[in-house]
Amino acid sequence: MKDARASRGCVLQLRDLHKRFGATPIIRGVSLDIDQGERHAIIGPNGAGKSTLFNLVSGLFAPSAGSIRLDGEPIEGFSPFEIYRRGLARSFQVTNIFPRLSVFENIRCSVLWSLGYRYSFKRDVAKLSDANARTGEVLEQIGMSARRDVRAGVLTYAEQRALEIGITIAGNARVILLDEPTAGMSRAEAARAVSLIRTISVGRTLVMVEHDMGVVFDLADRISVLVYGEIIATDAPTRIRENPAVRAAYLGTGPGNL
Amino acid sequence: MSESKTASPVPERRSGALLQWLERRKAWLFAAIVLIILPHVPGLDGNFGRSLLSQMGIAAVFALSYNLLLGQTGLLSFGHAVYFGLGGYAGIHLMRAINAGLPIPMPLVPLAGAATGLAFGMLFGALTTRRAGVVFALISLGVGELVFAAMRILQGFSGGEEGITANRGMGPHPFGLTFGPQLQVYYVIVFWSAMAAALMAAFLRTPAGRMCNAVRDNPERAAFIGYDPVRIRFVVFCVAAMFAGLAGGLHALNYEIVAAEAVGAGRSGTVLLMAYIGGVHSFFGAVLGAVTITWLQVSLSDYTTAWQLYLGLFFIAVVLFAPGGLSGLLLMHRPILGTRAFLHVVKSYAIAALPALAAAAGAIMLLEINYRRATQPDTGARMRLFWMDVDTSSVWPWLSAIALLAGGAFLFNRCRRLVANAWQQASDEARTVGGMQREPRP
Repeated sequence: MKDARASRGCVLQLRDLHKRFGATPIIRGVSLDIDQGERHAIIGPNGAGKSTLFNLVSGLFAPSAGSIRLDGEPIEGFSPFEIYRRGLARSFQVTNIFPRLSVFENIRCSVLWSLGYRYSFKRDVAKLSDANARTGEVLEQIGMSARRDVRAGVLTYAEQRALEIGITIAGNARVILLDEPTAGMSRAEAARAVSLIRTISVGRTLVMVEHDMGVVFDLADRISVLVYGEIIATDAPTRIRENPAVRAAYLGTGPGNL
Repeated sequence: MSESKTASPVPERRSGALLQWLERRKAWLFAAIVLIILPHVPGLDGNFGRSLLSQMGIAAVFALSYNLLLGQTGLLSFGHAVYFGLGGYAGIHLMRAINAGLPIPMPLVPLAGAATGLAFGMLFGALTTRRAGVVFALISLGVGELVFAAMRILQGFSGGEEGITANRGMGPHPFGLTFGPQLQVYYVIVFWSAMAAALMAAFLRTPAGRMCNAVRDNPERAAFIGYDPVRIRFVVFCVAAMFAGLAGGLHALNYEIVAAEAVGAGRSGTVLLMAYIGGVHSFFGAVLGAVTITWLQVSLSDYTTAWQLYLGLFFIAVVLFAPGGLSGLLLMHRPILGTRAFLHVVKSYAIAALPALAAAAGAIMLLEINYRRATQPDTGARMRLFWMDVDTSSVWPWLSAIALLAGGAFLFNRCRRLVANAWQQASDEARTVGGMQREPRP
C-alpha cells in the first residue's frame, strides 16, 4: 500500500510546521504527506488545532516555522489567492459565502479566476458562455439548480453548506480542503453531503477535518489524528481504530466513538 | 427541477438583430429620448430649468461614481470630492488654455477631468484601498482634508476660495456651436452623463465589476476564490475616481468657475447624501438621489433659509425608516405591482398622506417660527408662513402648529394599520398569483 502511494506522488507536504499565537503554541511540529488523489481526514479532539492547520495550509495565517509544499513548490506564508491560483481551494467551518449575491452569482464569481478572466473589465459576464456553463454544472452537482436566483443569505443552513462546497470546488482546484463539511447537519443532510463529497472528490485530492466519525470512516482513505498540535498517527481507517495511542487520546470521549 | 437557463442567446437572424439590439436597450433609449426632450418641456425650457437639469446631470455622474464605492464595493468614502474637484481644476485650466488659443473644442474638456481623476485615483487609491471599513473611511477623510488644504495654499493653481474662471464660449466653434447658451452645454452634459452611466453599468457586468460585489459581501472568501480584495478595491477606486473627475470636468464647463470648495468635505458629504438617499442597493438609486437632492438644494433654498435643516431631517428619516433609500421604497412595490389589491395600497397611501402632510405643515410652522426668531430677532414678530401673514407674538400660530403636528401624527399613526392591511392583502394576492404562474412543475 505504501508503495502504491509513493508511485502516485505526494501533492501536499507539511514539514515540521509550527504556529504560535503570542506565547501559545497551537501547531507544534506537524509533518504530513498528502498523496495525489487520496481522501484524507484529519480528526482530533476540540482545540487540537485542526482548523488552524487548515488556515496555515490555505494561507489565512502564516506559519511561525516549518514548510508547506504544494506540488513540491513552497507555499508557506503565501496569501490565500496565490495559493488558490496554484490549485488549492478550501471551505470553511463557519459558512463563508457571499450573502447578498444570488446562488448563481456566488458560483459564477468562483469560476471566473480558474477560467482565466482575472480582473478583466472588457467582457460582459453574461456573455462568458464557458463561465455560465460551468456555473450551471456546479449548481447541478450540488443540487441547487432550482435555487439559482435566490439570495444566498436567505438559504437554509444545509443549502448554505452545499453552496459553501460549491464555491470551493467551482474553480476546479486539484486539492480541496473541507473544514467540517457536515457540522450542524441532520443525519439525512449529512448523508447527502457525504455523497456530494464523494462525487466532487473524484479526480481530486481531498483533505477534510470532520468530527462525525461515521462520515470519516465512510469517506477517508487515510486518517491523521491531531492532538494538541501534533499528529500522533497517520494510517488507514481500520488501523487507526486499533491504534493504542489514538484510543488513549480519545479515552476522554470513550473509545466507542471511534 | 433542472430548468436552468443557459446563457447562450437564441440564434439571431441578421434582419432581427437590430430590433433585438433595440429591444435589449429599451430602457436606455427611453431615457435618452426623455433627456433630449426635457429642456423643451414648459417650465424647464428657461435658463433656470436648463441649468437645473445640467446640475442634475453632473450630480448624477458624481453620485453614480460614488455608488461604485459605497453600494457596489462597500467602501464608505468621506473624500470622494477630491477627484471631482481635481477633475474640475483640470477642466478649468484646459478651458483657460483653450481661451488662450489651444485648438481643442470645449466639449472635450470633461475628458481632461476624467484623466485627472483617474491619475489621482491611482495615486491615492494605492494608499487608501489597502484596508476597507473604518480605516478606509478615515484615510479618505484625511486625504480629503489634505487636498483641500493644498488647494487653499496653492493659490496660483486653484485660486483659493475665490476660485479661477474661464470662458466656455471662447474657443473653436465646430458646426457653429459656441457652447455659450445653456441648452448647448446641457446637451454636452447629457452626452457625457449618459456615456458615463452606460460605462459604469457595463463595468459592473464585467468579471472585475462582479467581484466588487463579492468583495463587498465577503472580502475574505473572495481571496479564497483567487481574487486579491485589495486589487479589486484599487480597480474600482480608480474607476470611481475617473468618473468623479469627469463630473468635475462637466462642473467646470457648466459653471466656468472652480474653487477650493469643489474638493472640500462639504461636497464629499453631499455626494454621500445623494447616494444614500437614492438608495445604495440599486444602480439607478444614485441617479434618483442626485436628482432629488439637487432639486431640493435649488428649490428649497428659494422658499426658506433653513433648507439645510430640512435636508438633514430628510436624510435622518431615510436612514431610520428607509435604509434602502428612495429606490428601495420604489422597488419594494415591484412584487405587488400587478395585483388588484395594489389599488388599495395606493388608496391607503393617499389617505395616510393627508394627516402626514398636516403633521409636516405643523412641524414646518414650528421650525420656521423658531428659526426666524433665533436668527433674525430684529425683524419683528410678523412673518410670512405658507402665504399667510402670521403674528408670532400671538398664541394662535403656535397653538395651530402644535395642533396640526399632534393631530396629524395621531391620525397618521392610525392610518398605518390601514396601509399594513392593504399591503398584507396585496402580498397575499401576489403570492397566490405567483404560485399559479409557477405551477407547471413536475
